[in-house]
Amino acid sequence: MSSNESSSTPVKSTGLHVGAIKPGVAKKDPILVADGVHRQFGGLVAVDVEHVEIPRNAITALIGPNGAGKTTFFNLLTGFDQPDRGAWSFNGNSLAKLSAFKVARRGLIRTFQLTKALGLLTVMDNMKLGSTEQTGEKLSASLFPFLWKKQEIEIEAKALEILTRFKLDTKRDDFAASLSGGQRKLLEMARALMTNPELVMLDEPMAGVNPALTQSLLDHILNLKKDGMTVLFVEHDMQMVRHIADWVIVMAEGKVVAEGAPDEVMKNPAVIDAYLGSHQDIDLGAVTGRITLPKISKEK
Amino acid sequence: MDFLAIFNSSISFILAPTTIAYALATLGLAVHFGFGGLLNMGMAGFMALGAYGYAIGVLTFGLPWYFAAFVGIGASVVFALILGIPTLRLRGDYLAIVTIAAAEIVRLLLLSSAFGGITGSADGLSGFNGPGGTITNPTVGAGGFNESNPIPPGDYGFVPFLDNERTWYLRIVGIIILTLAIFLVWRLVNSPWGRVIKGIREDEDAVRSLGKNVFAYKMQALIIGGVLGALGGLMLAFSTNVNSSVYVTSLTFFLWTALLLGGAATVFGPLAGSIIFWVLQAFLGLLFPALADAGLMPFTTIQAAQIKYIIVGFALVLLVVYRPQGLFGNKKELTFVK
Amino acid sequence: MASKTEIPVVETKDLFAGYLPGVNILNGTNLYANKGELIGIIGPNGAGKSTLLKAIFGLVKVREGSITLNGDDITGLKANQLVARGVGFVPQSNNVFPSLTIEENLQMGLYQNPSAYNERLEFVTSIFAELGKRLKQRAGSLSGGERQMVAMSRALMMDPTVLLLDEPSAGLSPVRQDEAFIRVSEINRAGVTTIMVEQNARRCLQICDRGYVLDQGKDAYTGTGRDLLNDPKVIGLYLGTLGA
Repeated sequence: MSSNESSSTPVKSTGLHVGAIKPGVAKKDPILVADGVHRQFGGLVAVDVEHVEIPRNAITALIGPNGAGKTTFFNLLTGFDQPDRGAWSFNGNSLAKLSAFKVARRGLIRTFQLTKALGLLTVMDNMKLGSTEQTGEKLSASLFPFLWKKQEIEIEAKALEILTRFKLDTKRDDFAASLSGGQRKLLEMARALMTNPELVMLDEPMAGVNPALTQSLLDHILNLKKDGMTVLFVEHDMQMVRHIADWVIVMAEGKVVAEGAPDEVMKNPAVIDAYLGSHQDIDLGAVTGRITLPKISKEK
Repeated sequence: MDFLAIFNSSISFILAPTTIAYALATLGLAVHFGFGGLLNMGMAGFMALGAYGYAIGVLTFGLPWYFAAFVGIGASVVFALILGIPTLRLRGDYLAIVTIAAAEIVRLLLLSSAFGGITGSADGLSGFNGPGGTITNPTVGAGGFNESNPIPPGDYGFVPFLDNERTWYLRIVGIIILTLAIFLVWRLVNSPWGRVIKGIREDEDAVRSLGKNVFAYKMQALIIGGVLGALGGLMLAFSTNVNSSVYVTSLTFFLWTALLLGGAATVFGPLAGSIIFWVLQAFLGLLFPALADAGLMPFTTIQAAQIKYIIVGFALVLLVVYRPQGLFGNKKELTFVK
Repeated sequence: MASKTEIPVVETKDLFAGYLPGVNILNGTNLYANKGELIGIIGPNGAGKSTLLKAIFGLVKVREGSITLNGDDITGLKANQLVARGVGFVPQSNNVFPSLTIEENLQMGLYQNPSAYNERLEFVTSIFAELGKRLKQRAGSLSGGERQMVAMSRALMMDPTVLLLDEPSAGLSPVRQDEAFIRVSEINRAGVTTIMVEQNARRCLQICDRGYVLDQGKDAYTGTGRDLLNDPKVIGLYLGTLGA
């Protein structure tokens, strides 16, 4: 498979589930399994997931209204928050009670809703920070350049290769703060790749990105799958979800309320009511009476 | 009014042992705040532990001065651990509050008559740089700092740097320690470890999400800066006696002034800031009383000597508002400037 | 294409503005809104859309160029002076007072002219019926989309000459976004001249009368909402083909 392949029709993975489709359905090859995860803030139950499995080497979208608990669920899975109770495992190994940095070391990398590209560091320094193989980061080794200089050169080469793929190579010595919002999102994704992750969890990767840049971001996400990684992302952009997701999980009020292939899920009446709205594919100009649509078949 | 005397006196502070002591402690503050983003408002406490640890090491335990120095350093490491373990997992403001309180607690413990036998309480400690020995037996024991001085007695140098052999020895030892410290910090900051610290300074969660143990890095920065503070206190102890009245909160804020003056996130800023601070302080501290004496100011001599503190306060405010990056700093790199 | 036949409610001429000294975000923007129009401003990140809105509301310093309100020069006026002249601004976030009730939030919108309260409340609840039923609810307990609605209503309470909306659909789920856009359309239908800045270009252009595409601080394209929606150049550069 060449990586220059146009992604206008991405190849979707099918047959990911075992048995009848329902919330919490088992997957043939799950990379992440969560059981009875519960998180409450005072009187508000933010997350109450009975059972959910994320399929390996597929792109799964996590959708749902604001306040559904998606980001909280992300935080719980990656160690940025502790649940009241629950168990979840990554590649069969339990992650519960692990602190955030230890989860990241296991190969589970997440990005943030509000980009955390380190603006006061250069693009290249951001990338180098992503690497997990620099012994110079240990205090004892840092004082002796001969111990880490060679690794630094290797890491820089790897970083440059990734930056080139993301078209950020010309910006390598600029402070990340000088990049546009969309470029910072790309940088965060590129930096995540430096860690050689197995599972990449993206929190609203498209938010605030210029629609014209969306295509290239989508291509990068598709490439993650091509390179053997698993992707779980939270998004509101249904166009994007339909385009690249192999599997969709719907959360509402802290629970998983629906699962399935994108087209199936988006026809689910409960999902339409709570989240998608009945005007999904209709021109709002017609809904508001500003225009009258000609009598042609409704397009996507 | 003797301008020349005032001038010479001020210039002599450029490499006075006190200035070197400040430079070391300010360098520690640069590691804490400039590079690590840790708000340490109790550096005076670290200096006190370095100074008293050394003095007590010599007087109570009869250690030679070079071992006693490590007692001071060790005390500051323990202090850093005590401060850091509960607070480094919380927001930065908590460290600030805890350090102010902790430094005062240290000072009050050193002042208290409860431990007067070891600390000398309000009188402090003295005589530990001399031939050595204990409080009760001053001539017995290992050699003191001044004993190790290889320079023969006499006055050397030229005005305004005309000093006796003790001061010159102290200055040389101080410069050696300072140079080593600056070199070490420079190495650290420009290494991958330094890169992680700078990332943590800006956004801890981002660095955590990349698999780095943020708590460990912050603890390391706290200890390193603390040791530098202790070395600063050590220099003060070498030069004279130790007294708890020196290690007050104003000392911490003078260090902050020197830090911001030179550039918080630079390696040479602390040295530059300390020199300018001390020269100016000395100058103003002599100028105003002289002016008052000559009848040019409507204050008494004693009042006039305090004016410099008001000016330092003003200067600090103006600095933070108009030039927060200090002399050598790069505004683009600062996290506390929006 | 609609032209300036009368004195526009808002007009900016060759506007230059920015936040940091020496760096201009707006590089000569020209825009106008006639009475009763719904104007949409779209464009990539960093193009200056929010900056343009803030400049009109006096929150960003205008360095060159002019802004007029019904023909009067308002360049350089501060936000509170502009509110007195009827410019209503609805920010993207932090747009309600969470510790106050919905009713109190609406009252805040009127503090320059409290006697008109009942009349204005009637107008607002005619557009947003559900507001009238929840007046005593604490604004902090509302969801993002509901807060948007309260924020817009607060601005409507002052019977604005022009309503400025900064990304009303930001951070909302698809169904709430659609609701927000329909709401804006209804507000405009009730006679309020409205200028909205939006990330969701597709939806924005579907409902607005005229639009401006901002790029690098200048108005790159302008036309009716429909024309822009179908313009291949605009689609290629700003809308993306996914939604087309």
